[in-house]
Amino acid sequence: MSVHVKTTINGDQVEFVCGADEPLLDVLRNRLGLTGAKEGCGTGDCGACSVILDGRLVCSCLVLGAEMDGRSVETIEGMADGAKLHPLQQQFIDNAALQCGVCTPGFLMAAQALLRKNPDPTEEDIRFGLAGNLCRCTGYDKIVRAVQAAAKEMRG
Amino acid sequence: MTMNPDLVDKTYKVIGTRVRRPDGVDKVTGRARYGADASAPGQLVGLVLRSPHAHAVIKKIDISKAEKLKGVKAVITSADFPDHTNGDRGLRDILENCMARKKALYDGHAVAAVAAVDARTAREALKLIKVDYQILPHVTEVDDAFKANAPLLHDDIFTDGITPTPTKSSNFVKQAEYGHGDIDAGFREADVIIEKSYKTEQTHQGYIEPHSCLASVSPDGMAEMWVCTQGHFVYRNQCAAILGMDANKLRVTSSEIGGGFGGKTHIWAEPLALALSRKANRPVKLTMTRDEVFRATGPTSSTSIDVKIGAKKDGTITAAFAELRYHGGAFPGNWAEFGAMTGFACYDLKNVKTVSKDCVVNRPKTAAYRAPSTPQVCFAVESTVDEVARAIGMNPVDFRIKNAAKEGTKSSYGPVYGPIGIGPTLEAAKNHPHMKAPLAKDTGRGMACGFWFNFGGQTCVDMNVTPDGNVTVAVGTIDVGGSRASLALVVAEELGVPYDAVRVVVADTSTLGHNDMTDGSRGTFSSSMAAVFATRNAIKTLRERAAKTWEIPLDEVVWEDGAARAVGAQHGNRAPLTLKEIAAAAPGSGGPIAGHAEIVADNAGVSFATHICDAHVDKETGKTTITRYTVIQDAGKAMHPAYVEGQYQGGAAQGIGWALNEEYIYGANGRLQNAGFLDYRIPVCSDLPMIDTQILEIPNPHHPYGVRGVGETSIVPPLAAVANAVTNAAGVHMNHVPMSPPRILKAIKALKA
Amino acid sequence: MRYEAPATAKEAVALLAKEKGTAYVLAGGTDLLVKMKAGMVEPDLVVDIKRIKAMREIKKTATGFSIGGAVPCAALTENAALVKAWPGVVEAANLIGSKQVQGRCTMSGNLCNASPAADSVPALVAAGAKVAITGPKGSRKLAVEDVPAGVGRTNLKKGEIVTSIELPKKLAKSGDAYLRFIPRTEMDIAVVSCAVNLTIDGKGVITKARVALGAVAVTVLLVKDAAKAIIGTKLDDAAKAKLTAACSAACKPIDDKRGTIEFRTDVAGVLARRAAETAYARAGGK
Repeated sequence: MSVHVKTTINGDQVEFVCGADEPLLDVLRNRLGLTGAKEGCGTGDCGACSVILDGRLVCSCLVLGAEMDGRSVETIEGMADGAKLHPLQQQFIDNAALQCGVCTPGFLMAAQALLRKNPDPTEEDIRFGLAGNLCRCTGYDKIVRAVQAAAKEMRG
Repeated sequence: MTMNPDLVDKTYKVIGTRVRRPDGVDKVTGRARYGADASAPGQLVGLVLRSPHAHAVIKKIDISKAEKLKGVKAVITSADFPDHTNGDRGLRDILENCMARKKALYDGHAVAAVAAVDARTAREALKLIKVDYQILPHVTEVDDAFKANAPLLHDDIFTDGITPTPTKSSNFVKQAEYGHGDIDAGFREADVIIEKSYKTEQTHQGYIEPHSCLASVSPDGMAEMWVCTQGHFVYRNQCAAILGMDANKLRVTSSEIGGGFGGKTHIWAEPLALALSRKANRPVKLTMTRDEVFRATGPTSSTSIDVKIGAKKDGTITAAFAELRYHGGAFPGNWAEFGAMTGFACYDLKNVKTVSKDCVVNRPKTAAYRAPSTPQVCFAVESTVDEVARAIGMNPVDFRIKNAAKEGTKSSYGPVYGPIGIGPTLEAAKNHPHMKAPLAKDTGRGMACGFWFNFGGQTCVDMNVTPDGNVTVAVGTIDVGGSRASLALVVAEELGVPYDAVRVVVADTSTLGHNDMTDGSRGTFSSSMAAVFATRNAIKTLRERAAKTWEIPLDEVVWEDGAARAVGAQHGNRAPLTLKEIAAAAPGSGGPIAGHAEIVADNAGVSFATHICDAHVDKETGKTTITRYTVIQDAGKAMHPAYVEGQYQGGAAQGIGWALNEEYIYGANGRLQNAGFLDYRIPVCSDLPMIDTQILEIPNPHHPYGVRGVGETSIVPPLAAVANAVTNAAGVHMNHVPMSPPRILKAIKALKA
Repeated sequence: MRYEAPATAKEAVALLAKEKGTAYVLAGGTDLLVKMKAGMVEPDLVVDIKRIKAMREIKKTATGFSIGGAVPCAALTENAALVKAWPGVVEAANLIGSKQVQGRCTMSGNLCNASPAADSVPALVAAGAKVAITGPKGSRKLAVEDVPAGVGRTNLKKGEIVTSIELPKKLAKSGDAYLRFIPRTEMDIAVVSCAVNLTIDGKGVITKARVALGAVAVTVLLVKDAAKAIIGTKLDDAAKAKLTAACSAACKPIDDKRGTIEFRTDVAGVLARRAAETAYARAGGK
């Protein structure tokens, strides 16, 4: 069975048809060309597919595309304001918080969700707030520092 | 070529600055394209059927029903891979690993593959393939594999390195020996001898991006492949050889790579994707699931190691011995031999001997993982070193300093060292504030040293001046950690132009000569060396153009700060000709300006590190928490210090994961129990403290800027550093990694009892 | 597979009741989608209950709190009154998976998935929570501990859904706490877990207690002997020792990839003591 869905992605109205059992991640990547969300595991254990769904951080591999009717999704592709990077994005580059970069979109979405809820997080808040995102390259040190720097910048 | 400059404490204009990486914006905006992010018109979905058995004869495979399913465009088995390996045992093993031939040798071994119009149809087709297995007894543990009655994986392995060569086949692949002096005499001189046995479990590189490729073979034999890999030239060569293609017909383009750490140096499903595409006449995209990555790519060896070290009361090590038993998974390897070479490399030893024994077991074919084979032996050696120091009542750092290798030391694996960093890293550790910081309750401090060879290898770089006077550089080594930035820095330095004037790209296999893969910590080392030589060749052309314009002899033109300058009394007053001016004049002065270098980058320069670890142990649960961690390592010269720090931190984190929780768990049925990130537990953000780094720069005399590889050594000391910290925190000697809570709690209970 | 997202519980029940194939309720989906991905389940029908408005609400009721069956665990942390009354329950529910998972997963799903290692279940059992069930034959209530029937099996009948979880009113001078052991700090399944809910009198003597253990048997265990060990005490060392012993004695664990029998048995007692100390402090005991 296929399902016809009307939804909002990064502020744009989007329509798609997907299989009833098709994860949102597959819809984003294979049907809508939004390949910024990555499949690292497909089981919610790595966070590489993180998106923000109606204001909540979720793994898009654990959401069905069919559920999206009338919902609103934010993905990494919508994070920058045109040519101007979001402070988190810029600080990730400036603090060398990425190496291979495949986990980076998921980390940025998770950090975005964290800072919206808690604009002045402690190191511990950041570490636990990002614990659902696996990074194998950096040892997390520079990621935590980038989020600290972005939080400071965003608080002004 | 000047190969021996005095580079100590030299400062540069751009080398050593923390510039922004050229791939940064694409990676933070989701634009960067990884293995699974490419598509081709009309592409099919490829899926692989894998053996659920650890060891079984494949009696028959019936693909007829799968082939008849609507939407299925190709089904392949080993019958689609005629043997083109011409007696090359290594290549035949790769072929057999990619697709099982007569036997399935491990849980996850590929036995068939399909290409279909969509994933659902491909999954359906896999279910319709009927494989008739005859299940055989299996062996998954290293020590069991050597036993006389062990199930035999291959009937053509006759132990290499033993005389006379056995006439009976076994799982014992190879024995090798390293060392010098007389260890028996050395042990007789010792006041204290510590002899212990250790075990380490199998780990996986755990890169976040599963293997993925998009293969397209045309009926005329032309083929393209987009793939995440650490070495697209090697992938091309091996895939072409296995499939009986000419290498020039197969053009491989490397995607951005989502982590590899050695695991993407080997081909796995790529030949299957190509064979499916060839049979279906359509592009095929084949992406592994996480489960497949764990079951069917290349984890490390699990090991069993005996160590014996003797020392005098004054702290001199008189003799050192180790026997190492490693497996290569289901196929022969020389993993134990690597360990035998590296195990005692940190020390200046009069009498040293190591014996390596490699075997095969019913597990996936072992691949490299960051300083392959070395963390395991380092765990065994450095744990024993701490015990010897304790037994003679000497501080562990002073004991190591006393025995550290130095320039002129004959290494345990043969060569005599040039200028090296082990002594300086130890001195830095001794003087580091971390070493003197107070410790909280139930917290202990441990340290360990580590070594890795580093590698150079075949390298090819093209440097081109654009008509507007900027520079493009094409390299053939995959950028795994920021090497495009480092290579742009070195070219900018040589040329005397800003960093932004240089753009570095990784070329595909049809546009550059062969390059070895990014392994052995060689990416920045070898490609920067080649980039320097390519740039110097281009500079010679730039000087020639200036000399021609000025109509003066070439030797009166020098290149400085991005411009040709005339020198000497006669012409020295001429205005310089900038890179931009010479580039603009190129059409009339001889055409495009470029420099090339094709080298074997020898003398990579060995690498040493010392790590300090504080660990808290909850004595009621056995849980270990790393509370502070410091990495001190020699980089030769840190081209981009932030990216060097990143290598140190990343390797340390991987080593901590290995030390504490990561392991392959096999059931009695020979099946992997934890093929996912839920139960294969790599460290999460909240598991770790900040990881402090200290970069030492003891220049490699064989590199124009003194660079040594930095990527691998950082994973070597953590297993032992954590173990030594746990000992000092809880009083237990852990001889088995990972030091998971059940193992530590058991040891604590045994200590109490 | 068909996907349905009815607007009322009644419609959801009707869809599930009449389905001839395999039907699953989709609450947060954090277990169901994983099983689908692994090919462990192949549903013919999935009924998404998140469009049922009443099931997305946390209500303060005359008897305590009613938490709708589709409320994601992350939402529990945003209800100050609930956090104040049942900190152990809220903490337990927000140890499930990651922040990403907590944005989706529900306590009702955690319960109906029927894993003995479910994080929120011991806390709900210790709290004395009940579930409201709606089915083809009307509504009923069950104690939380009576919902799981075994690993992956519940006592719900075909067509029945958990519409809400009913937490009692917090008693004066009471406190609850939940602790689990995992090898890492986050993201793991509990190797062993324990929840304690207790009430004290003016002198600090424990008058009521419920102790529940997770991941040490086929279902979450309510350990009455453990409660008895601390009732009538001020949680002194002797009481703690008895509590520890009672919890270890109640364990009927297995050896598996996550832990050993010995480890689970030892650590169950340790966690019980630590959870009791936290609960006692939350109750105002000193």
